[in-house]
Amino acid sequence: MKLVENADPTRQQVMQAIVPWTGRAHIIGLTGPPGAGKSTLTGQLARLLVKGGLTAGVVCIDPSSPFSGGAFLGDRVRMANLNSEPGVFIRSLATRGKLGGLSASTAEVIMLMDAAGKDVILVETVGTGQVEHQISHLADTTIMVTVPGLGDGIQTMKAGILEIADIFVVNKADREGAEATARDLAHMLDEFITGGWRPPVKLAVASRNEGTGEVWEAVQQHRLHLQGTGQWEQKRRDRLVRIMIDNVQAQALDRINRALEQDSLLQNLVRRVADGNLDPYAAATFVSGYLWQRQT
Amino acid sequence: MERKVVKVVMAKLGLDIHWRGVVAVSRLLRDAGMEVVYLGNQFPEAIVNAAIQEGADVVGLSTLGGNHAVLGPKVVQLLREKGMDDVMVIMGGVIPEEDIPALKAAGIVEVFGPETAIDEIVACINANVRQVG
Repeated sequence: MKLVENADPTRQQVMQAIVPWTGRAHIIGLTGPPGAGKSTLTGQLARLLVKGGLTAGVVCIDPSSPFSGGAFLGDRVRMANLNSEPGVFIRSLATRGKLGGLSASTAEVIMLMDAAGKDVILVETVGTGQVEHQISHLADTTIMVTVPGLGDGIQTMKAGILEIADIFVVNKADREGAEATARDLAHMLDEFITGGWRPPVKLAVASRNEGTGEVWEAVQQHRLHLQGTGQWEQKRRDRLVRIMIDNVQAQALDRINRALEQDSLLQNLVRRVADGNLDPYAAATFVSGYLWQRQT
Repeated sequence: MERKVVKVVMAKLGLDIHWRGVVAVSRLLRDAGMEVVYLGNQFPEAIVNAAIQEGADVVGLSTLGGNHAVLGPKVVQLLREKGMDDVMVIMGGVIPEEDIPALKAAGIVEVFGPETAIDEIVACINANVRQVG
């Protein structure tokens, strides 16, 4: 995993070798605003799974500092009593500059846990709330964790989360307004979701382990729905294609950056743009044409 | 992309309740470009499990509670038993001067007192951390 995270040259070999072993785990994404209780709920779900005889992988993602590149990864504090639990493997990842609530190596870490035979993989994303749709491409089931009093239904629409979430959890349901929040969500869902899977809305108090069982039940129903409609297989196929595209893009970006740093002709061009002697749009068109020609 | 990021697992040893120091040091290590996984209070077995799962390069232990003499060396011993002998263990907090030689003999790379400048800790980590991922 370390190799994969640090983009070690052997990463490619490792990933190629494990691909045939992936595709069995149920991948569950948890997303939602900071402080909604994603870590706590993740921890409770993991404990429930282990009690039921399943093994769980947990991936916790926290932001890297844009200034130092370092990160403070604090999710394990909320899952403290899982550190000695043999059925649970927890890995914390920093975003390392990637947007969209995921870390650059999230897909690879998930695949490694999948290949290692974990039954369920819980992926907890950065709690920014509105840019985390990427998890829905990687996960089979996406859980949106929210809390009472975070704005009305319009907020929900704006974030586009109605489209990505398969299950809604209103956490901290012992607070005032929980029922109303759940009702609002349910109304919105009834109005916008037509046919197929209508995401259930569950109430929970993760810190007291209330509602965890109901959430897990909803997850299992969603799994049956996916398997019954062929989407379970489809998601696995889509995921592989997505990983291919992501890697092509990453490799292309890598080559472009290297060329911009090393190619003297391009560096000259960069200088001319900086000096105001060449407009950036014309320069960009030229650079793309130049790189494309040279590399094919 | 191909730079190596140092990953540090930080914990308070045992039942020690003082958290300000360890969190402050964690934040400063983050500002020095490291990825810090903070565990809160943990006993050696749990700390070592977390270090394995996280692929940690460094384990940082904070103690002000006088339990360092036993629990610190225990972490090093457990890491070695699991074949993680290239993970660097450091300690910080209030630790009597006369206890330090024994801790170092047990494999703790360095022991930092409350007056330590963060640069000193960063330099120590960079000088001693394993070089390959």
